[in-house]
Amino acid sequence: MVLDLVPLWTILLALAVFYYVVFDGFDLGVGILYGLLRDDAARTTTMNSVAPVWDGNETWLVFGGLGLLTAFPLAFAIIIPAVYFPILIMLLALVFRGVAFEFRFKHMTLRRLWDGAFCGGSLVATFAQGVVLGTFIQGFKVDGRHFAGSSFDWVSPFPIATGVALMFGYGLLGACWLILKTEGELQDWARRAAGICLVAVLVAIAAVSIWTPLARVEIAQRWFSWPNIAFLSPVPIVTALIAFGEWEALRRRHELTPFLGAIALFLMSFIGIAISLWPMIVPYHYTLWQTASSPSTQAFLLIGTLFLLPVILMYTAWSYWVFRGKVSGAAGYH
Amino acid sequence: MILDPMLLSRLQWAWVIAWHILLPAFTIGLASYIAVLEGLYLVTGWDIWFRISGFWTRIFAVSFGMGVVSGIIMPFQFGTNWSRFTDATANVISPLLAYEGLMAFFLEASFLGVLLFGRRLVPPWAHFLAAFMVAFGTLLSSFWILATNSWMQTPAGYKVVDGRFEPVDWSAIVFSPSFPYRFFHNVTAFYITTAFVVMGVGAWLLRRERAVDDARMMIRMALGLLVILVPLQMFLGDQHGLNTREYQPAKLAAIEGRYDTAQPAPLTLFGIPDDTAATMRGAIEIPRLGSLVLTHSWSGAIRGLKEWPADERPPVAPPFFAFRVMVGIAVIMLIIVVTGQFLQLRGRLWDATWFLRLCEFAAPLGFVAVLAGWITTEVGRQPWTVYGLLRTADSVTPSLTGGNVAFSLACYVAVYLIMFPTGIAFMAGLVRRGPRQAELEEPPTEIESGRPHQPFDSAARAAPPL
Repeated sequence: MVLDLVPLWTILLALAVFYYVVFDGFDLGVGILYGLLRDDAARTTTMNSVAPVWDGNETWLVFGGLGLLTAFPLAFAIIIPAVYFPILIMLLALVFRGVAFEFRFKHMTLRRLWDGAFCGGSLVATFAQGVVLGTFIQGFKVDGRHFAGSSFDWVSPFPIATGVALMFGYGLLGACWLILKTEGELQDWARRAAGICLVAVLVAIAAVSIWTPLARVEIAQRWFSWPNIAFLSPVPIVTALIAFGEWEALRRRHELTPFLGAIALFLMSFIGIAISLWPMIVPYHYTLWQTASSPSTQAFLLIGTLFLLPVILMYTAWSYWVFRGKVSGAAGYH
Repeated sequence: MILDPMLLSRLQWAWVIAWHILLPAFTIGLASYIAVLEGLYLVTGWDIWFRISGFWTRIFAVSFGMGVVSGIIMPFQFGTNWSRFTDATANVISPLLAYEGLMAFFLEASFLGVLLFGRRLVPPWAHFLAAFMVAFGTLLSSFWILATNSWMQTPAGYKVVDGRFEPVDWSAIVFSPSFPYRFFHNVTAFYITTAFVVMGVGAWLLRRERAVDDARMMIRMALGLLVILVPLQMFLGDQHGLNTREYQPAKLAAIEGRYDTAQPAPLTLFGIPDDTAATMRGAIEIPRLGSLVLTHSWSGAIRGLKEWPADERPPVAPPFFAFRVMVGIAVIMLIIVVTGQFLQLRGRLWDATWFLRLCEFAAPLGFVAVLAGWITTEVGRQPWTVYGLLRTADSVTPSLTGGNVAFSLACYVAVYLIMFPTGIAFMAGLVRRGPRQAELEEPPTEIESGRPHQPFDSAARAAPPL
């Protein structure tokens, strides 16, 4: 008998994607907020708060992509062509943003240009990721084992809306990260930014929760049929409680709680999408099991992953520990 | 003009990987060099190691950053432009790519932060550990990506089910027939490339009498390594060639410009390949030398391309010329290294201005050789993505139009033409600043709760307007 590894790979991949969304989410969010800061020293502090960790965070994007490729290759082969241009735009935006970390500090005369690259790159990459998410929820045209739509299927209201929503979502994560890592005026500023982003995120969560069941009958049935509605009603209730707690934490000037609350909001949204789409990985055509790679392939990578992932998390935690505490340089801000 | 999505996708792949490969070619060697310098500093405590390491670490940071962002683009190309290749091969090669990410990228990315910014935050042994881990990560990365490439060149350990490859024997897949040769040939090439850059930069500094001790040490270390590696590389290249003859005879025929099977075979030094007429124009040949070089016997046979149907032949010109560029550079490198060693033994190395100048010109040679070698092996694999089994034409994403790919290719070209020259200019600026002054100006003892105001290099530029 062959052990079915699909559930395990589903969990691993979900964790990897969630980790990426939270961790690169906050440093992309910091990049978005960066553009709204006018003061050069505050910008330097802001950028330094993510400089030692962004590279590791972005690596989870590669792992997420390669994990999907390895565990569910057919999904990779259908989904990625469908979002050809959002992926292109995201990758190029990440290029600009990534090199800005190095180039900004080395070139005084062109500093404004690289400031723009850092902020614009973060903004565009976030938007593109939101578009990918929206296209994914919207579903794909599929013919056999190929994507059968056009490279512009993502140009429609829902993906564009999720693209905009994700900017505020990452903005919230970034602002909460800055509350944690900075002091004084910059921290106050981040707190106000977090409040604005929180309102926008809650509006977006509500909008998606209404929009998707109206657009897809499968999703409406999943949530509103009996007895599902009884089991699933805690999801919106818990989300509302977290949202309230997040608002209070910001108002009471907590430092760590807002960041944790923002992560919890993302987690609830993530769970909500998973409930809506389960067990589809190429929405409305292929399930996780139908797109899975051979058991031997999944097993071969799983052995290494189960051994390496804890090690990776350990030394990632170590590198965060090394750079713990408030970012210095805020003193120059006053 | 009709835009062909396959041709444009190939151009796009070539464009993004050609730029990308230049960075590992440099950073793999440089990471090892920095780890050695950090190790020497840890053991001896001499400032010279600290200065040289700091100097190269700043340059490493820029090149590694560019390597990361241009590398993230690569795995997505499999999905965006080569989805049918992905669907057919993912069961076999995707875990190799995923292992590269798991083992190498995380290791590099996490320890890079400590290497670049953690000098004052962690004990010296931990800083050395970070340098070592980054270097180890780059080597692991080469291992897995070359295992993947080697499987595409010389597939093994698979079976075909419904037109898709499925794994049978993982050790045969990872250690496919061309892998050991490709791995050692590539890593050696990357070390040589870096050593020529280090030697060239040392020579540049020395000729301007800047940081003289540091510059001499760089040249001495680079030359010492090259004296071993350049001849070794020629041996490895020869072995790799024998392997290619056995497993990819059509590629070898293209490299040799050989359309007709010959026994004994001459060595074609030069000529103009004509694929339509299947003949070499104006060929300059040396009798029997081809057999001697490629079969290590006086009368070995070299198969010609006419043994394969026309639609299974690679184009001859790119591998033929690229191979000659690569070998030509190897010969030039050998001459330089032997000359340098001779001068050093005679104690005249530091006075031989002409030789130092030669080293400066030779600094980029490794990159040219790496690109030439890559063109040889990849174009020589055509018209297949998986050699002899899956055609390039059957690998491309079906939903793409020529216009789609033309647009994305134009975007990649535009962005890379901004990013790479800028990065190279920044690295040139770091070289011009030299090692000594920056290291001295940086206060080595000051400890802050977070990190320096700027990630590194804070003293080497003007203070920001507060």
